[in-house]
Amino acid sequence: MAHFEKASSITEWLDQRLAITTVKKVMALEYWIPKNINFLWAMGMVLAFTFALLTISGIFLLMYYQPNVDTAFDSVNYTIMSEVGFGWLWRHIHGVAASVVFLVIYIHMFTGIYYGSYKKGREMIWLSGMLLFVVFSAEAFSGYMLPWGQMSYWAGMVITNLFEGFSPDIAGGIMNAPGLVEWIRGDYVPGQAFLSRFFMLHVLLLPLVIMGLIGLHFAALRIPHVNNQDGEEFDYQEAAKLYKEGKTKESKVIPFQPVFLSKDVFVLGVYLIFFFYLVFYHFNFAMDPVNFDPADGLKTPAHIYPEWYFLWSYEILRPFPKDPGLIAFGFAQVAFFLLPFLDKSDTVAPANRRGLFKYWFWIMIVDMIVLTVMGKLPPTGIWNHIGLVAAVVFIALFVALPWVTKNENRA
Amino acid sequence: MMKNELKILGVVVVFTAILYWGVEPFAHTQMHKHVDGEHFAYSDLKENTKQGNVENGKTLVMGAGACTGCHGIEAVAHKAPMDAATAVSAYGVNPPDLSTAGGLYSEKFLANLIENPAHALKVEHKFDAAKGKMHPMPAFYGAGGDKAQEIADMVAFLKSIAPKEISPKDAYMDACGRCHANRYGKLDQLGQTPTFKSETDTLKHKVAVLEYQDKLKAYMGKLPPDLSIIIRARSEHFLETFVENPQSQLEGTSMPRVGLSAQGFEKVKAYLTQTGDPSKPAREAIGPWVLLFTLVFTVLAYLWKKSMWKDH
Repeated sequence: MAHFEKASSITEWLDQRLAITTVKKVMALEYWIPKNINFLWAMGMVLAFTFALLTISGIFLLMYYQPNVDTAFDSVNYTIMSEVGFGWLWRHIHGVAASVVFLVIYIHMFTGIYYGSYKKGREMIWLSGMLLFVVFSAEAFSGYMLPWGQMSYWAGMVITNLFEGFSPDIAGGIMNAPGLVEWIRGDYVPGQAFLSRFFMLHVLLLPLVIMGLIGLHFAALRIPHVNNQDGEEFDYQEAAKLYKEGKTKESKVIPFQPVFLSKDVFVLGVYLIFFFYLVFYHFNFAMDPVNFDPADGLKTPAHIYPEWYFLWSYEILRPFPKDPGLIAFGFAQVAFFLLPFLDKSDTVAPANRRGLFKYWFWIMIVDMIVLTVMGKLPPTGIWNHIGLVAAVVFIALFVALPWVTKNENRA
Repeated sequence: MMKNELKILGVVVVFTAILYWGVEPFAHTQMHKHVDGEHFAYSDLKENTKQGNVENGKTLVMGAGACTGCHGIEAVAHKAPMDAATAVSAYGVNPPDLSTAGGLYSEKFLANLIENPAHALKVEHKFDAAKGKMHPMPAFYGAGGDKAQEIADMVAFLKSIAPKEISPKDAYMDACGRCHANRYGKLDQLGQTPTFKSETDTLKHKVAVLEYQDKLKAYMGKLPPDLSIIIRARSEHFLETFVENPQSQLEGTSMPRVGLSAQGFEKVKAYLTQTGDPSKPAREAIGPWVLLFTLVFTVLAYLWKKSMWKDH
């Protein structure tokens, strides 16, 4: 057993047992962040905060929500909205945050792509981030089932139908999975078993996985360090030494606490103005009117569409016939994971300083927006054609990426 | 440095705004049929320019007009000849008490309703006299005098007995409540759902409501939906144009035109907001304070950031 001296203060007592001074130093006071950054570098903090809002509001909602097909709808729309003190506020915060968190995720993701922060040692940051994106998507989808409105029911029906697999006549039916859809639903159609298991996923399993992945995501940053606005590679030890000597102007780094944090908190403040404006005055975009009709298995809504953040990948599925559509959809799910390996360039720099990649980046952004809008519009006439072209462009962009980036190395 | 940040913010905001416009306002114009409202003018109906006489109207409504054979008028102490359950068996729908009619419905609509119910209610696709399918409310063929004058008299009488102030809840119950339940407002098709001490009485009432609903289902084709939260499930524009003319939004629906006046609709909407969006007043009261808090927070955060980055 280690030898312990009598401590003269609580800090010392804790320090003897938990080494809190060292932890604080490693995690905050001497956690070095490059100085050459802009507000986009605060998106991680904005995401962490939004996740905290979702967790806290979720806990309050969980106290009154009833995962039962007969009472779920009214427990949300009546009990929480009118009988529970400030229940409406927690619900609006939860609903709006669930939508806005994806906006920030996309900004965070595209920032990484623009500045080349996914390669040359930063692959694990990118991959753990993409895993977070996938689990957040599952979390959002399972949460959307819980109010048991029309859109919960029918989106649940449509999305679980995807697991039917390919048509039985493709490759002797090897890719067809009879019974898989029913196994996932626990019934032939979405019902009590379906609601209960998505409830479990939403409030237990997926949040646990998310928290684990957030830990991994942060840990992945430790060795390669945060990228900076110019993709510049420099000696962190040297920069840290300069900083500690008091040459803060010359040093290329700042400590996480308090310098980086002060900027994070300011950006967070601006974000919160926007966020609470939405919560109080502009929430319909996040709480679809169709879902205020109770689930009815005998009445299909005129338009079934996912929430806005799934629309781009939905539109890569929809314009094609069934089997090619599934392949395209599958490709869309993994495309961004492959980014570090499809990009053959050694350059880490903002896209606008990177030859053809500059065009690739902006075409990809515009294409994602076109896909998202087309994913919501009824798939008829001109919209279907534009959607098909945009889906083909998306696939072509990722297939062409190795050739787009290969030439950068010669320059 | 600052300029660069603002430029980046500009790019983010522009792309976000385009995306928002595409999936919200623009997509909704493409997904829903556009119907122009006429703010309860009922321009398709006949104008009746006659000046009504309340006394003559009373004689007609209580006598030759034969209104009271089916309708109650509690305002003049006339009880409905049948209770709701019997009435719904006889007519398929429970005829409303006429006490508030003159205050809720458009004058023009009432005049046309008396003269030709199926036409004014826009249910001629369901009730075609030529095919022997009569609307349960018979048309008024005149009581021997000038028919247009007699109709104007009856409308004048209904207006004279209508209460000056009709509460949103009463407006809803009279205009919608005989077909649509509102469980968040604790209303069923028989009115305010009572609370009983014994379970037997509770179940008895439930059975009475279910029996009423079965009759209503047979009459309407399906049970009209509960309207507890319809204010959030449909846009305000949809509700207004749908109530004004159900056929414009949902061709072939068996829902009759309600015939509300613009003020009558505002009352009904106020009640639907009470049951469907009860947090609205609290939201509006708290919102500005929360925004003020975030604003102060941001200003303080900015000052902290400035002092921290001064030497960097």
